[in-house]
Amino acid sequence: MKVKNSQKISLFHIAWKNLARKKTRSLLTVVGIALATWVLISLFGFNSGYKNSLDRDIDNLGFQMLVVAKGCPYEAATLMLKGGTGLKYMNEDVVRLIVREPEVESVTPMLMQVVFDPNKGQSGGLTAFLGVDPASFPRLKPGLSFKQGGWFTDPAALEVVMGYEAAELEQREVGDLYLIPEKNIELKVVGVLGRSGTQDDGTIFLPLQTLQKIFGQEGQLTSVGIKVSKEANLAEFEEKMFKLPDVQVVSLTQVKTTIMTLVSTARILVFSIALIAILISIMGVINTVLMSVMERQKEIGILKAMGALAGDVFRLVWLETSLLCLMGGVLGAALALGTSRLTEYLIRKLLPFAPSGGLISIGATLILTAIGAVVLLGLLSGIYPAFRAARMRPLEAIRSEEE
Amino acid sequence: MKATTAIIEAENIKRIYKRGAEEIAAIDGLSLTVNRGDFTAFVGPSGSGKTTLLNLLGCLDNPSAGKLVVNGRTVHENGRGLSESQLTRIRRELFGYIFQKFYLIPTLTVLENVLVPFTFFRKEGAGQDVRQLLKKLGLEGRMNHLPAELSGGEMQRVAIARALVNRPEVLLADEPTGNLDSERSLEIGQVLKKLNEEEGLTVLLVTHNIELARTARVIIGLKDGKRSQAR
Ligand SMILES: Nc1ncnc2c1ncn2[C@@H]1O[C@H](COP(=O)(O)OP(=O)(O)OP(=O)(O)O)[C@@H](O)[C@H]1O
Ligand SMILES: [Mg+2]
Repeated sequence: MKVKNSQKISLFHIAWKNLARKKTRSLLTVVGIALATWVLISLFGFNSGYKNSLDRDIDNLGFQMLVVAKGCPYEAATLMLKGGTGLKYMNEDVVRLIVREPEVESVTPMLMQVVFDPNKGQSGGLTAFLGVDPASFPRLKPGLSFKQGGWFTDPAALEVVMGYEAAELEQREVGDLYLIPEKNIELKVVGVLGRSGTQDDGTIFLPLQTLQKIFGQEGQLTSVGIKVSKEANLAEFEEKMFKLPDVQVVSLTQVKTTIMTLVSTARILVFSIALIAILISIMGVINTVLMSVMERQKEIGILKAMGALAGDVFRLVWLETSLLCLMGGVLGAALALGTSRLTEYLIRKLLPFAPSGGLISIGATLILTAIGAVVLLGLLSGIYPAFRAARMRPLEAIRSEEE
Repeated sequence: MKATTAIIEAENIKRIYKRGAEEIAAIDGLSLTVNRGDFTAFVGPSGSGKTTLLNLLGCLDNPSAGKLVVNGRTVHENGRGLSESQLTRIRRELFGYIFQKFYLIPTLTVLENVLVPFTFFRKEGAGQDVRQLLKKLGLEGRMNHLPAELSGGEMQRVAIARALVNRPEVLLADEPTGNLDSERSLEIGQVLKKLNEEEGLTVLLVTHNIELARTARVIIGLKDGKRSQAR
């Protein structure tokens, strides 16, 4: 019947049971921290996810620079990423001027045409055609994969390659015929692309010369994609391109920066909200712990009379604070993971431009960092209440607010 | 360390409270010797200084003047005393305290509440006989209950057990039955008496309850911070 000498209850156990005394209060505090953590993780997850998706979209374009006819650069960006409207043309000769530059690794001329198709959908819709050079375009777009068939090889062939969604919409397979709306020219489908998640999905590709001929745009281009060699000085090269008449250069890093600037404005706002949420929840923690310390003054006095030193009391109160924060952090992380799809949906609705890939990426590092940060903040906010408790002298604590 | 040696010796001690310009001598030149194995009750009207005296003897408070020696060590002499941490060391080696209120942690079981002191301090050899102690206090069937499931008398007995796990030499009890009815009060008195007689525990008891005071072997009356006649 002897109790083992090791029989002892841990500080952790006491701290935990102390929190259990006012369950609702502790729970509310935990929920406050959880919400702040949730906002924090979702935002940081969005930050990195968004950037990754945007990078991927731009890499899938295959070339770092695009030369387009003069127009607003913003439109040029949209043109590239969304498939454009308000087209302007330039002469094919420009290609020769570009190729002269030593920084250029390869170029590919393109002509985009957008046609209103009254038979598309319920009230008609736009179909985008892209005339590409079979010799250079496939090499510059290594990211494109085929579901069926492959690229046309003859620059004047009456053949098309359809983007994944375009093929689905028109219900075409390799070997079928495709009729360009209002042009009465039959083309043969030789390839159907796999899903890429970019505007290529909705595009119909034709050999450049074929498209030029069908639309009466002989010798005209809308854009030239340029792949610059890795060693090249991009800024210098851009300077040179700017000197070409009636064209402008859009480097994809520039596009990316424009969009990122737009997004970061929104992000600063949301980060401020997160910061405020965290500050509020920390005030909540301090308030909760301070209140519980004040309520337990006499008990703390007894603990001290029983031999607890100031450091012991400090550790106990500090542990209670960290426990609250740890629970809040873990709950918040679970919440962030559980609702990431919903958050993604909401953000997608709010953003001016959303890349096609996942917007939110929540990794283990992010979760651990966020929980660690919350616990750290908890430790900081626990200092004052713990100090107050540790400083109490047993008699004063026991005598306090004598009834 | 014979059972008859003095453990607390107070010589002309004073405790003066300042209330604005007014000075109140709650303890006003009092001398007293507590021997090992004593069971002493302090009685007297409200405000006579009973609590103040007990706190001084138990090293929870410092005298303003006089000399106080505890366990052979001078705790205070002529306005100079030990530091708070030195006092803590003396307290945890020598004293156990119980009060009118029990201050049990409501979410810990009886056994856990009694074990709490060990989280902070364990005197050498202490803790071997916790179950026996609980049994002696009539709590053996209550070990896994929560305080809310106990009667007031049982709660005070848990507080006594908690005060005793580290085997103090002196138990200081300030109105330990103030929250209990007279029957329960006497029950606690019997518990203290038994501990004093069987374990040789020194007990200093402050109470309003004359009947309870009679369980002690010596009764000291206080009035205006001084001893009135012993009964
Ligand atoms: N912290 C304090 N500050 C000022 N005066 C105090 C303080 N504590 C006690 N006193 C005064 O000292 C005197 C003795 O108080 P004490 O609490 O020792 O009396 P008591 O005999 O224990 O009374 P009771 O039976 O009501 O508990 C009282 O006049 C009281 O007002
Ligand atoms: Mg009193």
